[in-house]
Amino acid sequence: MLKKLAVIACLATTAAQAAELSIAVTIPSHQVAEYHRPYVAIWLENRTKKVSHLGLWYDTEMRNNEGQKWLKDLRKWWRRGGRKLTLPADGISGASRKPGSYKLHFSDKSPAFSALAPGKYKLHVEASREVGGREVVSIPFTWPIGQTQTQTVDGSNELSTVSLTVTP
Amino acid sequence: MRFDRIIMTAALSLSCTLAAVQAQAHRVWIVPSATVVSGESPWIPFDAAVSNDLFYPNHFPLSTEAMKLIMPNGKTGEIHNAHKSKYRSTFDVNLTTPGTYKVEVVSAGLAARWQDKDGKRKFWPPRGKPSNPSDFSKEVPQQAKDLEVSYRSNRIETWVTAGDTSDAVLAPSNKGLELLPQTHPNDLVSGEQTRFQLLIDGEPATGATVTIIRGGTRYRNSQEELKRTTDEQGYFSLTWKKPGMYWLNANYQDDKADAPASKRMGRYTATMEVLPE
Repeated sequence: MLKKLAVIACLATTAAQAAELSIAVTIPSHQVAEYHRPYVAIWLENRTKKVSHLGLWYDTEMRNNEGQKWLKDLRKWWRRGGRKLTLPADGISGASRKPGSYKLHFSDKSPAFSALAPGKYKLHVEASREVGGREVVSIPFTWPIGQTQTQTVDGSNELSTVSLTVTP
Repeated sequence: MRFDRIIMTAALSLSCTLAAVQAQAHRVWIVPSATVVSGESPWIPFDAAVSNDLFYPNHFPLSTEAMKLIMPNGKTGEIHNAHKSKYRSTFDVNLTTPGTYKVEVVSAGLAARWQDKDGKRKFWPPRGKPSNPSDFSKEVPQQAKDLEVSYRSNRIETWVTAGDTSDAVLAPSNKGLELLPQTHPNDLVSGEQTRFQLLIDGEPATGATVTIIRGGTRYRNSQEELKRTTDEQGYFSLTWKKPGMYWLNANYQDDKADAPASKRMGRYTATMEVLPE
């Protein structure tokens, strides 16, 4: 996997800014005969692999919840706790998305954020596409931090740019 | 006429020897098309066969008659659409509730071999016949040259999981040779290490020999088999180098058998899937 890691420290943090995790995920377009929107899972993991689910985009429109049949193809997420999740999960699961850039914000009042004890974490974004490929992009970070930090990683196939901004 | 009989005997004993050797070389397996599934009430198709190549049916179907499906709650479930074809049996399992299911074929019984007055090698039970205890005293002599009576257990199994894994079906029956996975067998990923314990009648099986082979043997020039011997407590471990469907076979024997057997023998075979990281 081609990885480009850029760390940008932003000094212009104002006192009024609330603590926040801001995530941007870009789904690339594919010139293929048979295209299906990817399934995407976004989650945080601490060093003991304890998981906090942030997002899950899958085919929620199919009859009899048939879209759930392919959730296990998000292999890492499935193993890390996706298989324990009851769907639909409030504030986490939603419909699959077409190619484009999507932003997620988690304020210090959101449940995922309040579970952030001081320590080292990884943001994982996993994408799996029917008759396509699968890819996981990970960004490590430490919480709490002294100043706003943005990291960007480029996926190589099923994900384009994934970025994480951590605001103290 | 006499001469004919000698040739016949020679041919028979030769074919028996070959059969015994071949039985060693052939591999028995039950293979699910997938081991980890999601969604509501998913189905998994299975193949079951005895073959040389893993996992290409090319010799004999494994009968589904003695096959049992054990549900996550421990109850026996239904095996659907069972069909015996030339080289394999096929069937479907419907995973109606979340959790881990086990498909197994378990057998055990006395076996004997000896030489009769004419020096002819004899086996009991006859090839392909079950070990029927009531026939033992009728068909096996109490004394004979090279008489060896063993109690043999055989277990063939595999697991599949819908949704979250569960552990109930992993509990040992404490009969025969059994595998106690220290990592859930439907949670195996390449690059990771797994530790197993082998039990014989519920006790650690010390010194059991274990062979592990990844499927797809047709696409490489060697078996690439891994060999292990269990330690004092019956443990062995291995690191899964590549993803794939794996065949695991273990053999154990000792002299702790109840009369009339003098040997206790256990054979164990499982298939397990290792997914890419």
